[in-house]
Amino acid sequence: MLAYILRRIAQSVLVMLVVALVSFALFRFVGDPISSMVGQEATIADRDALREQLGLNDPFLSQFATFVMRAAQGNFGISYRLQEPVMELILSRLPATLELAMVSGVLAFVFGVGFGVYTALRRNGWLSNTIMTVSLVGVSLPTFLIGVLLIWVFAVELQWLPSFGRGNVVMVGDWPTGLLTPSGRASLVLPAITLGLYQMTLIMRLVRAEMLEVLRADYIKFARARGLSNRAVNFGHALKNTMVPVITITGLQLGSIIAFAIITETVFQWPGVGALFINSVRFVDVPVMAAYLMMIALVFVIINLIVDLLYYVVDPRLRVDRAATRH
Amino acid sequence: MTDALLSVRNLRVEFPTRRGVLTAIDDVSFDIMPGEVLGVVGESGAGKSLTGAAIIGLLEPPGRIAGGEILLKGQRIDNLGAEAMRRIRGKRIGMVFQDPLTSLNPLYTVAQQLIETIRTHADISEAEARKRAVALLDRVGIPAAKRRIDDYPHHFSGGMRQRVVIALALCAEPELVIADEPTTALDVSVQSQIIDLIKEICAERGAAVMLITHDMGVIAETADRVAVLYSGRMAEIGPVTQVITAPEHPYTVGLMGSIPTLTQDHARLVAIPGAMPRLNAIPQGCPFNPRCEHAFDRCFAERPEPLRRGDRRRVACWLYDEVSTVEQEKANV
Ligand SMILES: Nc1ncnc2c1ncn2[C@@H]1O[C@H](COP(=O)(O)OP(=O)(O)O)[C@@H](O)[C@H]1O
Ligand code: SF4
Ligand SMILES: [Mg+2]
Repeated sequence: MLAYILRRIAQSVLVMLVVALVSFALFRFVGDPISSMVGQEATIADRDALREQLGLNDPFLSQFATFVMRAAQGNFGISYRLQEPVMELILSRLPATLELAMVSGVLAFVFGVGFGVYTALRRNGWLSNTIMTVSLVGVSLPTFLIGVLLIWVFAVELQWLPSFGRGNVVMVGDWPTGLLTPSGRASLVLPAITLGLYQMTLIMRLVRAEMLEVLRADYIKFARARGLSNRAVNFGHALKNTMVPVITITGLQLGSIIAFAIITETVFQWPGVGALFINSVRFVDVPVMAAYLMMIALVFVIINLIVDLLYYVVDPRLRVDRAATRH
Repeated sequence: MTDALLSVRNLRVEFPTRRGVLTAIDDVSFDIMPGEVLGVVGESGAGKSLTGAAIIGLLEPPGRIAGGEILLKGQRIDNLGAEAMRRIRGKRIGMVFQDPLTSLNPLYTVAQQLIETIRTHADISEAEARKRAVALLDRVGIPAAKRRIDDYPHHFSGGMRQRVVIALALCAEPELVIADEPTTALDVSVQSQIIDLIKEICAERGAAVMLITHDMGVIAETADRVAVLYSGRMAEIGPVTQVITAPEHPYTVGLMGSIPTLTQDHARLVAIPGAMPRLNAIPQGCPFNPRCEHAFDRCFAERPEPLRRGDRRRVACWLYDEVSTVEQEKANV
């Protein structure tokens, strides 16, 4: 078990190093950091001095090592555009993104699993067919279009919900949350649906396919032959086995939800890191871009790690410790 | 035979498909007496598993019982509602499937699966159910049952898993156990142990057994009577000793040829040439006619009805119909 965890952590570190290399390459190849930092009137000599001072003339490896060391301490330098430490910028906007992602993720999971199970059990019912057809729309419409449509219907026409911003937030410790105010919750609805819809459809289709597969398994037939109730068979046996592979994919979806938040945050002017990233790209604010990239990678890696461990907890076959020796 | 435990009468199982209805079981009838072991043999695809699934009410849609009736102690069970049938499954009819490696849910311990089943059929406490489960595991020959019961299925070998499956099939003391090729997936070295176990434990509890297999040797050693299926039809049924020593249906004769120990005549040790017809291409008349060396005119025109041969035996072959014997002799000259 311990060896397994250590191996997974080592793999994660390796992945992070590769991403760090990409982020670092951004500095070298996207724009010229010197011209972003000095004014038009700086002389060539001034520029060279700054270049030397920033260590930009050092060998590649030592520059990369410095970058990694600083990144590990959360130091990504100063934003070119906002002239504030990148880490502080990101941290101040992270709660908005995480709150949005969590709510979308939970919505996607609950409805994805619910609809998936329903459509698998009632394979040819009219409601199942309707859900499946509508879900096709969910996967094929681009996120921004869904967002715009929702805004048009619920914010412009019906005027039920706000179309932009985060509403009022209150501080819980250091964490500004919108979940505790009516306007915060109302503001969350449309962006959360927009962001979660695609993932929900994916989860639903996955759960449905997995469940149909499991329902054909011998142990399900045998469970029925033992006279277990439909409920015990469908939920006790089939659903549990369905969830083993679903957990992996769903967990990984959470990472993509955070990554995909860029579009939703832009459409709804949600004050999160995604919107920050889009603005940074527009201004070639390389430190923010690099930090964002690293953050998303870190989120993926951590989620991956948790999912793997969860998988291990759920599926006894993976607990190989004593299995191999017994017969 | 009104005192039969199970009566299958003119059973017909169909699969509606886009290109017409396939009849997989056609006009199959047999009885199983209380405590009796009925062997069911036939090549792969003969309809053995479907017959079992039809009895226990687990035909997979679109498969359906299209005709005939199934009676358990004189009461019809083929037209029961889902809930009533569920209460018969496991409780009155137990089932053992072919592959023990896939019959058990990998995510639950053996104890969880046993206790769940026991408590589905008996209103007893978890602790009580656990006690019964351990006793049962012990009975089916799992060493150190008390300790092993909390292991997951993957901790057991194939033979041991099949013992667990047998325990599960028997835990509500059913009157009938349907064992569908219970040893086909197992190592040869444990096959006879498992067959012996099924036979013993069912005898001990007075449960009848419908033992599905394609192994005539197993039938010879285990069954009281044997039913031979071919293309979803009953070819021959009768007491094992009679059918084995004097098979009458040409198909049974061919099957017997595949077990050398039971036939003194080694010249007969030839597999029946040809293959069983597909469901959509069952020939007119006798389904066995393309492979039968005795086939004659009538076999291509009329389907043979099961003919009584003595009081316990039936054979579906025109050779044994008085009317046709004469013609057959002429044809064979
Ligand atoms: N779901 C199905 N759809 C169509 N045909 C089926 C289906 N299940 C079984 N059959 C056919 O029914 C026949 C009998 O199958 P089965 O009872 O499984 O044979 P076996 O004697 O080997 O157990 C076979 O020809 C098989 O192809
Ligand atoms: S009925 Fe005719 S074809 Fe069929 S088994 Fe008898 S002899 Fe052969
Ligand atoms: Mg079969």
